[in-house]
Amino acid sequence: MKGTAVIELENVAYSYGGGELLSDLSLSLSPGSFHFLTGPSGAGKTTLLKLCYGALVPTSGQVRLFGQDRRTMERDDIAMARRRIGVVHQDCKFLDHLSVSDNIALPLMVSGRDLLNEGANLKELTGWVGLRERAGALPPELSGGERQRAALARAVIMSPDVVLADEPTGNVDWEMSQRLLRLLIELNHMGKTIMIATHDLALIRAAKSQVQARVLRIASRRLHLAGADL
Amino acid sequence: MKIELSPVTEFLLADAQADRVVPPTGFTAWLTLFSAAAMGFLAVFALALSLATGRLADRWGNELARSSTIRISAPEGQMAAQTEAALRLLETTAGVASARALSSEEEAALLAPWFGPDLPIDTLPIPQLIEVVEEGAGFDAEGLRLRLAAEVPGAVLDDHTRWRRPLVRAAERLRLLGWLSLVLIGAAVAAMITLAANAALAANSQLIGVLRLVGARDTFIARAFVRRFTLRALGGAALGVVLGCLAVLILPGAEAEGGFLTGLGFQGWHWLWPLVIPPLAAMVAFFATRMAAHKTLKDMP
Ligand SMILES: Nc1ncnc2c1ncn2[C@@H]1O[C@H](COP(=O)(O)OP(=O)(O)OP(=O)(O)O)[C@@H](O)[C@H]1O
Ligand SMILES: [Mg+2]
Repeated sequence: MKGTAVIELENVAYSYGGGELLSDLSLSLSPGSFHFLTGPSGAGKTTLLKLCYGALVPTSGQVRLFGQDRRTMERDDIAMARRRIGVVHQDCKFLDHLSVSDNIALPLMVSGRDLLNEGANLKELTGWVGLRERAGALPPELSGGERQRAALARAVIMSPDVVLADEPTGNVDWEMSQRLLRLLIELNHMGKTIMIATHDLALIRAAKSQVQARVLRIASRRLHLAGADL
Repeated sequence: MKIELSPVTEFLLADAQADRVVPPTGFTAWLTLFSAAAMGFLAVFALALSLATGRLADRWGNELARSSTIRISAPEGQMAAQTEAALRLLETTAGVASARALSSEEEAALLAPWFGPDLPIDTLPIPQLIEVVEEGAGFDAEGLRLRLAAEVPGAVLDDHTRWRRPLVRAAERLRLLGWLSLVLIGAAVAAMITLAANAALAANSQLIGVLRLVGARDTFIARAFVRRFTLRALGGAALGVVLGCLAVLILPGAEAEGGFLTGLGFQGWHWLWPLVIPPLAAMVAFFATRMAAHKTLKDMP
């Protein structure tokens, strides 16, 4: 492992109030690494990602974001960390009164970047995910696949150090999923850390021929390294 | 390294971006505007009341402090002697700072408004006036009257201004009430803005959650709300002040003698006072929203 991990979970347990959903779980995302996260529905993939971007605080154990203990982080520290972590949410989390283009640019807006300077970048990215024609539409007018593409574009617009993607290809066709995967792999080649939660084994196989990816699986509350059977 | 901007620069620099991400809340906006206007309107009256009663209290107070008068009517030959006797008596009266017989020119000046400047005052049996200036709690009018009756038969003590003393007290109370009303109006604006801001924040909790997820700091989110409520309070109060001033303007003008009710209004540069109300309302809204926003945001994920 080179350098310190960008995101680190150490003996983490989490429960929403009932029984423990995740127990004694350790994970270290080193810079430039590529991870897949699988597991049955309801196993806790989304929960684990939420722990990774600081939306949840572990019930026990320690989460470190860029070396900083989540428990000691101020609200502004968390905001700053999130600018370095691009997240594709399973439910996209758009603002329905803003256009697709504005939603993609939202991380730039809230961090006070000058949108005029970022215009070209924004356009290129919107084109990359195939939404140039739909840039002016409102999110509720998009199809499921279009929403996911927009969500991915938003996750990477800040050129973050880490991209956490929760089922980013759930609703797109094979061709588009390959296109999105290529974008993530390209970012990985630029040194970004990537973690993708997915059920799509074909996607994982396709990726493994292009990058060195570790496949983690959540089963019975713990994290396992998946075998070579994938 | 974090750069902390002062709240005011933060507000002035507030970009259109923060404004754009928070959707306008039509109903709250109108309620805020309306309440601010109503409060601005009321504040104009409270201000007018304070200033008018202040003027009244000052004027009456001055007249009180000025003097009482003793009028001496005596046959030609005794006038000087009686005046002399009254002045001597006043010298030994407790509560009298000074006493002075008015010169005939001064008396002529007093009468001029009634009889014109060319009055041949020397040929008329004009009583001699003595101006008595009080000190401390003033003199005992009854006692002085008895002593004058004994020693200066032609003297009449006229302390007619004394009846105004309770009125001056009432005017001062009213002025105080006026200022108190202004403070209460300010507090009501703060309370109302806090409620409205809390409602707006609650209505936008989902949006705030999304903004936090994409890396917005609390100050960015708060700014969008603060800016909005501050501008609404400013606009509303300005509207209310304009209407309030128009209303004051069309009140009947002050009579020469300055009856209390007819004197309600602004005089001269005092018309500038209402200009202070909108910025004050904006300031109150600014801090109320800021506090509400930071308090609410602290408890959000
Ligand atoms: N806010 C919450 N409060 C209570 N329970 C929750 C909450 N969020 C998730 N859960 C429960 O925790 C479990 C794990 O949820 P999670 O969303 O992490 O699963 P997942 O692995 O992402 O599933 P999927 O593949 O369907 O997306 C589920 O049983 C879910 O019902
Ligand atoms: Mg999930």
